[in-house]
Amino acid sequence: MNTLETWQDDRPEGSDGVDQMGHLVTGELDLSHGVALYLEDITVSFDGFKALNNLNLEINAGELRCIIGPNGAGKTTMMDVITGKTRPDSGKAFFGQSIDLTRLTEPEIAHIGIGRKFQKPTIFEQHTVFENLELAMKTDKRVWKSLMAWLAGDERDRIAETLRLIRLDKEADRQAGLLSHGQKQWLEIGMLLMQEPKLLLLDEPVAGMTDDETMRTAELFVSLAGKHSLVVVEHDMAFVEKLGGLVTVLHEGSVLAEGDLATVQNDQRVIEVYLGR
Amino acid sequence: MRKPLTIRILSALDKKSWLALGVFLALALVVVPVLHLNFPEDSAFHVSTYAITLIGKIMCYALVAVAMDLIWGYGGILSLGHGLFFALGGYAFGMYLMRQIGRDGSYGADLPDFMVFLDWKELPWFWLGSDSFGWVAFLVMAVPALVAFVFGYFAFRSRIKGVYFSIITQALTYAAMLLFFRNETGFGGNNGFTDFKRVLGYTITSSETRLVLFGLTAIALAATLVFAAWLVKSKFGRVLTAIRDAESRVMFIGYNPLWYKLTIWVISAVLCGIAGALYVPQVGIINPSEMSPGNSIEIAIWVAVGGRGTLIGPIIGAFVVNLAKSWFTVSIPEYWLFFLGLLFIVVTLMLPQGLVGLWKKLMEKYESRKGAAA
Repeated sequence: MNTLETWQDDRPEGSDGVDQMGHLVTGELDLSHGVALYLEDITVSFDGFKALNNLNLEINAGELRCIIGPNGAGKTTMMDVITGKTRPDSGKAFFGQSIDLTRLTEPEIAHIGIGRKFQKPTIFEQHTVFENLELAMKTDKRVWKSLMAWLAGDERDRIAETLRLIRLDKEADRQAGLLSHGQKQWLEIGMLLMQEPKLLLLDEPVAGMTDDETMRTAELFVSLAGKHSLVVVEHDMAFVEKLGGLVTVLHEGSVLAEGDLATVQNDQRVIEVYLGR
Repeated sequence: MRKPLTIRILSALDKKSWLALGVFLALALVVVPVLHLNFPEDSAFHVSTYAITLIGKIMCYALVAVAMDLIWGYGGILSLGHGLFFALGGYAFGMYLMRQIGRDGSYGADLPDFMVFLDWKELPWFWLGSDSFGWVAFLVMAVPALVAFVFGYFAFRSRIKGVYFSIITQALTYAAMLLFFRNETGFGGNNGFTDFKRVLGYTITSSETRLVLFGLTAIALAATLVFAAWLVKSKFGRVLTAIRDAESRVMFIGYNPLWYKLTIWVISAVLCGIAGALYVPQVGIINPSEMSPGNSIEIAIWVAVGGRGTLIGPIIGAFVVNLAKSWFTVSIPEYWLFFLGLLFIVVTLMLPQGLVGLWKKLMEKYESRKGAAA
């Protein structure tokens, strides 16, 4: 299990599962069964409308999974549940074996290793590219530490490394709001990476990118799989194909089909609800 | 690897700003006292008591404006209740000034006059220790901090934002004003505290005492400016502006905005409390009208006029608006509110960055014209 080894990296014990106040929340991230994310019978309803309806989903450690589905299928709501923005009416959501996501707040979930990229690039437009990455960097994020924070050499190196990876090293001191749309997408991906998350949730990461940028993004994601688990929501089928891996089709809040892209594309029910349109 | 704090504080301002700050302090601590004490009143160089009181008062306002800018300009949270924290600091220090009157009040009693008038026989519990300067100095900061913490905790935890937050702060200061208007509350009712005689044993109206208070206010303003500059240049400051611009992103990268907002909110309230405590002995009165909603709105106007999100802007704004106010209220008092309203509209529509923004724009134009000519 090569992937599992890279998961249990060199971080000291106790660095996971610690909330903003420094209390232990629900124990360590335990990936011993190879499952990174486990959703069971999740239901979320808004005024009677079931955005998620008994949704079941399992993401393995190091896996790259694509989620597709028509508008209103519940993709974004699912991400809201995983990141603590929305509480499910019923069902279980576990990160690893032991961390109950339904009991944690957004910052706590970010802290234990789930990073999220929004559909619309959400970066700090008034800050420089460098500062955006600095703020995202995995570190103690309590108030007092921020007041006293001073970037160490190795921290600068890590930021520089990420800048090269997302090809923004020449833009480091530019105000982030001045970047092109595609560059903003990359910056947000870079911010996720600075958090050193175990699980990345990416909502339409290549929207608004050029074909060339899209392909480079696909390469980046493939290279990240193994070390991280990735859940990518995307409409661009060429991109999904390039990523490989399993595809899950959501429809009306539950899983309609699962398999590799070719299998899913040939599934009669999928064609009816989604691809056939 | 880690730089000592002193060096970080020194690097909070650039050389020019330190120089300007030094000149300001030299003016306030040396030049003004010399001109006030050494020149006769009819001399052109004489700085009058009126001018010292006025400038001292405006420096207190400027301190409040910087505090307001921290929460509004950098944190994106518009408080329309900052007058409350200012008044709380003022009242806390006013208690001490009332006790310093001793038996020199109209009734010659140990209790403050208004308590004698209400036929109270002893001090209420919250007046205990009010004859101690140290305890009161603590209260000046602790009371605004406590009120701000409790209010802020519930407001920020409930994720109350924007105009809703502003309205609630208005209601808060208004409710406090009504509370302080009552005689039974124990703070002198609608008359508040006045007729102060001494501070730390020195006669409060003497030239020397006034100059010391003036100097202390200047030092407090300068120190606040340096502290605020350090704060907004720290990582804390960057997180704060990040919360202002994209709060959800801040949460999803693992910061809890609650504690960041609460920290700057409490710091801002404490600074207002200090300003209030410096204001009361110079002006000689504190009453509940300081908590009126209009006062708090005026604070926001100073910051908007000067330029929010810059630290010097609010100071300039406080001086410009208040100097205009003191001229208007002497010459054509009936037009003051019209002028204030007009000013607010003009700034909102035409100068979103305030006077500092205007200055920057003019400088850019000048530079580009110079560049074109060369």
